[in-house]
Formats: sequence, C-alpha cells, structure tokens
Amino acid sequence: MSNIFDILGPVMVGPSSSHTAGAVRIGYITRVLLGEEPIVADIGLYGSFSSTGKGHGTDRALVAGLLGMHPDDIRIPQSFELAREAGLDFAIHGIQLQDAHPNTAVIEVTGKNHKKLSVESCSIGGGRIRISKLDGITVNCSGESPTLIVHNIDQPGHVAEVTSMMAKCEVNIATMQLYRDKRGGYAVMVIETDQQVPEEKRRWLENLDGVIKVTYIDGEEI
Amino acid sequence: MSFQALEDILTVCDEEKILFWEAVLREDMNDRLVSREDSISKMKEMWYAMFHASRHYDASLKSSSGLVGGTGGQMDLYRQREEPICGDFVAEVMAEALKMGESNACMKRIVAAPTAGACGVIPAVLVPLYKRGQVTEEQVIEALYVTAGIGQVIAERAFIAGATGGCQAEIGSASSMAAGALVYLKGGSNAAIAQGSAMALKNLLGLVCDPVAGLVEVPCVKRNVIGAVNALSSADMALAGIESRIPPDQVIDAMKEIGTKMHVSLRETGEGGVANTPTAQLVRERLEKNGD
Ligand code: SF4
Repeated sequence: MSNIFDILGPVMVGPSSSHTAGAVRIGYITRVLLGEEPIVADIGLYGSFSSTGKGHGTDRALVAGLLGMHPDDIRIPQSFELAREAGLDFAIHGIQLQDAHPNTAVIEVTGKNHKKLSVESCSIGGGRIRISKLDGITVNCSGESPTLIVHNIDQPGHVAEVTSMMAKCEVNIATMQLYRDKRGGYAVMVIETDQQVPEEKRRWLENLDGVIKVTYIDGEEI
Repeated sequence: MSFQALEDILTVCDEEKILFWEAVLREDMNDRLVSREDSISKMKEMWYAMFHASRHYDASLKSSSGLVGGTGGQMDLYRQREEPICGDFVAEVMAEALKMGESNACMKRIVAAPTAGACGVIPAVLVPLYKRGQVTEEQVIEALYVTAGIGQVIAERAFIAGATGGCQAEIGSASSMAAGALVYLKGGSNAAIAQGSAMALKNLLGLVCDPVAGLVEVPCVKRNVIGAVNALSSADMALAGIESRIPPDQVIDAMKEIGTKMHVSLRETGEGGVANTPTAQLVRERLEKNGD
C-alpha cells in the first residue's frame, strides 16, 4: 500500500526510479548486509539492468549505494571517481540468470575485515527493491522493515534459539522464512520484525555454535 | 486505508465541510500516524526540492546518450526574442517542463511526481505561478496535497508506471494531478478539481510508453510539455464549469482497461512505437556499441 509520498516523491537523482533510485538502494542494502565497508565488489547486471543500465546510470547508482549513498545524493553521477578515492575496487559486467526479474543485480562483496557476501536483488519499480538471493540461497525480503538474517548450518535448535531470544527482548516477529541449500547444509533464516533487534543480541547470536554470520537491516534507512 | 475513489474524497469533504487538500492531509496523518506539522513539513521538502531543481537547471548538460539537453534554455531564449503563439505564461510552463525532464535525464536531483519520467509536469504548472507571485508558498503546498490525493486514487484504481500502464499512467496521471492543483489554486470547487483531473486524464488516454533505447529521454522530456499544457487547458475547462461526461473514477478505470490491453512492446520495453523507428534503432545500436 503506497502513501502519498510514494506518489509525490521520492526526491531522487534521475533518470529512472527503477534503474537509478532502485539501483542505489540495491547497492546500499548490499553494504548494510555486509555490515562493513566494502573494498571489493563484483557487480553482475542482468536483463534490462544490463541492456539499458549504462544510459540510466545504473552502474554509477549501484556503486554509489555501495559507498553508502542514498537515492537523493547529488554525488551519484561521480560515484566511480569517489569509489576510487574511497578504495573500493569494483568491476561491472553482464550476467545470464534463469527466471530472474528483468532488473536484477548480483553483487559479490568483500569488506575491509574480509567478510564476504553475495547478494542478488532486483528493482521492482518505483524505487522499491527485493532481495532474492543471499550467498546463492533463495530468499525474499524488501528491507523496508527491520530484518534479521541468520546464516547457519542446517541443524536442529537454531530457530528456537533465535525466536526465544526475540521473545525475551520483546521483539515481535512479523514474518519468518527459512531456506537451505540441502539438508544439513547451509541455511538462511530471514526474520522481519516489528521492533528493532538490539545489537548485543545480534552479537550474541553470531557467537553461537553453527551460526556462520548474522546480518541486519534496520528498515529505516532504506 | 487510503482513498479508493475521487468520489470518496468528495464525500469526506462534503461531510466534514473541508477542502479537498485538507481531506488528503488528514488521510496522510491517519495513514502514517504523523502530526499535521510533520506531514506539512514533508510536503514542503518536496516543494523545495522541485523549486531547487528548477532554479538549478543547467542548459549546457547533455544526457549520457547525448539525445537530451538544452531545450529548456532554447525555449527561454525564444520567449525573450518573440511573443510565443501560446503566450508567455504557457511558454514559461513549457520551458519549465522541458527543464525538469532534462534535469532528470541528466542525473540531477528531481522529485518523482508520480514518476521520474513525468517529474516535470507538476512543477511546470506550479513554479511559474509561484514565481509570478500569483500564489503563496502555503497555497502551493495545499495544491501539492491535491495532486497527491488524485495520484493516490489513480495508483489504487489503476497504475502510475509506464511498465504497467503505458505513458498515460505516467504523463497522463501527472497531468491529471496538475490539473486538479490548478483548479484548486484558481478557486475552483472540490467537485471542479475532480472534473479538471478527469478531463486531463481522459485527453491522454491511450498514450503508450515507447522510450528510445529504453531510456527515460525520448519522447519523455517533451511529453512532460503536453502533460503540463493539457493540465492548463483541462483546468480552464473545469473552471469554466465544463464537466467530464464520464465521471472521474470511471475515467481512471478506463485507463486501467486500456493499459491492461496495451501490448507489452508499448509498455516501457523500448521495443515499439517511437522506440521502433529506424532512427531509434540506430541510436540503440550506437549505444550498444559504446556500451561495453
Ligand atoms: S514514454 Fe514511458 S518512460 Fe517516457 S515518460 Fe512516458 S511512461 Fe515514462
């Protein structure tokens, strides 16, 4: 459901809400998910992002987002130069995907503390985005509400650990999705919540046995 | 719950004896759980961003494809040189529409209204009125609520994106929103606001989305001009007491039907219409060659 400022707004750098504003958000959310400053980024563009991306500044917009810019940042057109200054080494190329949304980007990032993450996201119109894969595992979230993402080894007990932690700190779960590549393999929990998940609780999760990494979107900055 | 019909807005206005814009403002306060002041200050931000974009237009800029840039400046020069056929006010509106559309294509900061491609229509009719001192900032803010209310109903009942409904959904919606704002600013009734918006939309029904090489440049920039000028004439008709024979909400529903039937090649894919002309093909090939 859209509010009036989705109709009159957003304030954004042109030319396209899907190919420019949405692309900035994709870059931005990738940075947030990584949880640290990215220093290497490999950006794959698919579909219309690849065929009309250059003319829409999609490439510059994605890099701007990776640098932490928002869609109304007037420095977006200069993002390549700014990335060089900031020490972000990036490459952009076309990719082929199966059954992906026409405006899709797959970004593989490495952070300055060596964290790595692969994020596949698409721009679904009006500047809104959807994250469709994390580290190759299919997920589905928008980042518009607080979202806790736990990457763990698929073994019993992790879901209970996370949900009881949430109950203790009175965070209400809005939606919860579980994904895995195979039984006993790599699993991802995506939990959208009504309240913020406190930072110390996220740290605590990260130190649990079998938890590979924890990422978090606060839902406000996007 | 937002408004599902222009008729609903008019009913609320009647029942509570309030103006159109006030009904939209109250709805926003309910919807987002914000105070009156918060809502208005957010709307002011939108207006300042529009006005700022208009003032900082740079006629020397070219879009990355090289197709777009400079026409806002050409229009201004023409206005200085001679008396435009449409008269100076309308020519100024046209210049503003071109400027905003070009600024968008050249990666400047604009306000999507309702989309980036159609961002020139609403400021094109508001900025000249404001610059000439014919309306105050407060009135402009109120008029922006009128545009938002109309746009929201269109989004609820139909669509506001070229990819889903063709250009009628972008430039048509923007024109409809702008017409409502103009009727309000010129003292028209709540009902006349809805009539102006209906006539503006009806006159652009069927407009397809056919951007050359898929870029928001050609025909988008100049379509902002027709959106703005059509808003002026539709508002004048409504102010003269002329009504749309088809009720406003039914016009929106007609747009939805047309958009749904529109072939996908005419819905922002850059495959049909203007985008399919030999010249457009050459542009596309050139860009593809420079692409990688
Ligand atoms: S032609 Fe398409 S992209 Fe251009 S303004 Fe119209 S709807 Fe938007």
